[in-house]
Amino acid sequence: MEFGLSDEQKMLQQSIGGYLQENGGLKRVRPFADEDQDRAEDLWTGFAELGIPGLLIAEEHGGLGFSMLDAALVAEVLGYNIAPAPFAASVVMVPLAIARAGSAEQQAAWLPKLADGSVIAGAALTEAVGAREGAGVQADGSTLNGKALFVIDFEADVYLVADDQRRLYLVEANAPGLQRQRLSTVDKTRRVGELIFDGTPADPLPNGDGVLTQIIDAGRIVLAADTLGAAQCMLDQAVAYSKVREQFGRVIGSFQAVKHLCAEMAAHLEPCRAMSWYAAHAYDNLPDEARLTALHTRAHIAEVAKEVAKKSTEVHGGVGFTDELGLHYWFKRINLSRQLLGGPDRVREEAAQLQGLA
Amino acid sequence: MDLSYGEKYETFRGTVREFVSANGQLAPDGSEETLDKARDWQHLLIENGYAARTIPKEYGGGGYAPDLIESRIIAEEFARAQVATGMAGQGISMLIPVLLERGSDEQRKQFIEPTLRGDFMWCQGYSEPNSGSDLASLSTRAVLDGDEWVVNGQKIWTSSAKTADWMFCLVRSEPDARKHHGISFLLISMDTPGLDVRPLKTMAGDSSFNEVFFTDVRVPKDQIVGNRGEGWAIANVVLKYERDSLGDPDISLRRLNALIELMKTETVNGERIIDNPVYRDRVMQLQGRVMALRFNDLRLLSAKINKQEAALATMIVKLQGTELRHELEGLAVDALGELGTLYEEGPYLRDNGQWMRDHLYFLGLIIGGGTNQIQKNIISERGLGMPREPRTV
Repeated sequence: MEFGLSDEQKMLQQSIGGYLQENGGLKRVRPFADEDQDRAEDLWTGFAELGIPGLLIAEEHGGLGFSMLDAALVAEVLGYNIAPAPFAASVVMVPLAIARAGSAEQQAAWLPKLADGSVIAGAALTEAVGAREGAGVQADGSTLNGKALFVIDFEADVYLVADDQRRLYLVEANAPGLQRQRLSTVDKTRRVGELIFDGTPADPLPNGDGVLTQIIDAGRIVLAADTLGAAQCMLDQAVAYSKVREQFGRVIGSFQAVKHLCAEMAAHLEPCRAMSWYAAHAYDNLPDEARLTALHTRAHIAEVAKEVAKKSTEVHGGVGFTDELGLHYWFKRINLSRQLLGGPDRVREEAAQLQGLA
Repeated sequence: MDLSYGEKYETFRGTVREFVSANGQLAPDGSEETLDKARDWQHLLIENGYAARTIPKEYGGGGYAPDLIESRIIAEEFARAQVATGMAGQGISMLIPVLLERGSDEQRKQFIEPTLRGDFMWCQGYSEPNSGSDLASLSTRAVLDGDEWVVNGQKIWTSSAKTADWMFCLVRSEPDARKHHGISFLLISMDTPGLDVRPLKTMAGDSSFNEVFFTDVRVPKDQIVGNRGEGWAIANVVLKYERDSLGDPDISLRRLNALIELMKTETVNGERIIDNPVYRDRVMQLQGRVMALRFNDLRLLSAKINKQEAALATMIVKLQGTELRHELEGLAVDALGELGTLYEEGPYLRDNGQWMRDHLYFLGLIIGGGTNQIQKNIISERGLGMPREPRTV
């Protein structure tokens, strides 16, 4: 019995963490945000060299064939370092959807390109969870009409799209009749946007029955892991700051008021680590528990991280509220992840429905 | 990541399950039980290796090598069948580990076996009226007079002092030493003249706590565990065992499931509580929190088995577990509304008043066993490496 990480998994986290310490973090996020870059091509190239784009893609298609747990561990590192790079859609949701629902031809056409990073994929699945502003996609044979909001990993070459019958399609970014428009959210570390379809040709994934739910759960698991990482970094920054900032002649970390804020953050966050591991492990290995753990992990970590983000900012005092330290990039990343693919309240209701309680 | 226990252990599980199903009817069931019934059950469990499993045979135990997975499986199977495990008083869970680690041969021979078999019941004499969180400031004095310690002072929050035969007790024996180094660990018979037990009624209405007064209580010199002045270090061995046992997530899960059942059966204006989205969301939030703590517990078990570090994950258990239970029991009271406030007896009482009783009881546990504020100090100082509050000298 071992509920923990293998040496390989620890090394995976370390190597990506090391790469991002060197090349990512605040110094890379600031130009990405301020100059409104579509993509951080340099980071994506680095990711491709590390094999990240092909993490979940089978070796026969040029990927690493890793597990959902590995993907969650990587997501945690990306969140910790607020990496301005595609992941949830391009590395997790879309490759999984193509592998599970796609034909042999579709797999052969897309998976190798996704694996080597030469193609980036976005996911337009928001309306399958909850539609606002009249959004929704209708299919007419193999053309699509309507619109999709809050497309994840928006600056992409191809999109996974769900129609209002929960069928899945691939739509290329340059397809005729497709309009794309970035949505400017509070989180400047990742790109989301809107797709408008007007008789847009789409390639249906033929074996899609039941796959959409699995793909949304996968997205939720890695968004939760990203959130865990971002919250952990906010806690670490708060603790580090409290050990150097002095007031009343002593470091503020020696005041119980500050210590208890940090202890509360740690007390809530530490079990989230085990929860994230378990949900990701269950996704691949424990079909009876997979759905419920994915839903609760998604909702619970979002709630914990919201508190951590607030308290960490408070520990930093006024400077935490300014742009000076860049702490707000973590705060806002946690905010966006909280809402994507259903906020915690909606996801808990789904958990209740799953158990026949609603 | 491998969550299976393996074939060898599944065979072991089968053996345990067989024993529980064949003998479970002999277990005390919590109602009207006599101490004799509990003792008989304890003896049967010891004989079969399901209590005192890893205690050496020479001290009356099973003599099995410690195996965390076996212990876990035993706990799981007894819980699954809702059959009581063996006795778990402070003597068994806290004193015996101390005696095994620090007791003399004589003390082990004299105390371990009768304690295991339920013949010696113990209480813990630590807290004092002026020494709660700052336990090391305790002032109950012990002065050596010939072959006896003479003890004077007062203890408080002493669970089971009324029924206990013995007390393990912290006393100040070295008044000139620094505070943590002036404490000794004594074993005191509750029959000793000069020892007076007075019940302390709690907000839950019971008198599970007591005050214990010592007036020239004479204790044989050799009833000290370890050396003079080592009592604090020895007590910390015990406190570790105490904290580990508070806030068990598997019990929280059982209570959560009972709460969900309650919300499915109770109605207001003909509407089931669970059909009200506000209550439903509150219970779903708790389900998520219970889940997180159960997985944390699984991580801790795995870390222990594989001898890995998980310090922070350990430190948070008492804090998070007790807060969660207080809230969980409180949600049941909210779900019951006015009915939730019924207590002790009456026509509309639900589940014998257990929800309110546990709601109150867990407020006690938030304070006891090291208050949750002290837990936050421990988490921030030892877990996060933050500086200690400057101390007055």
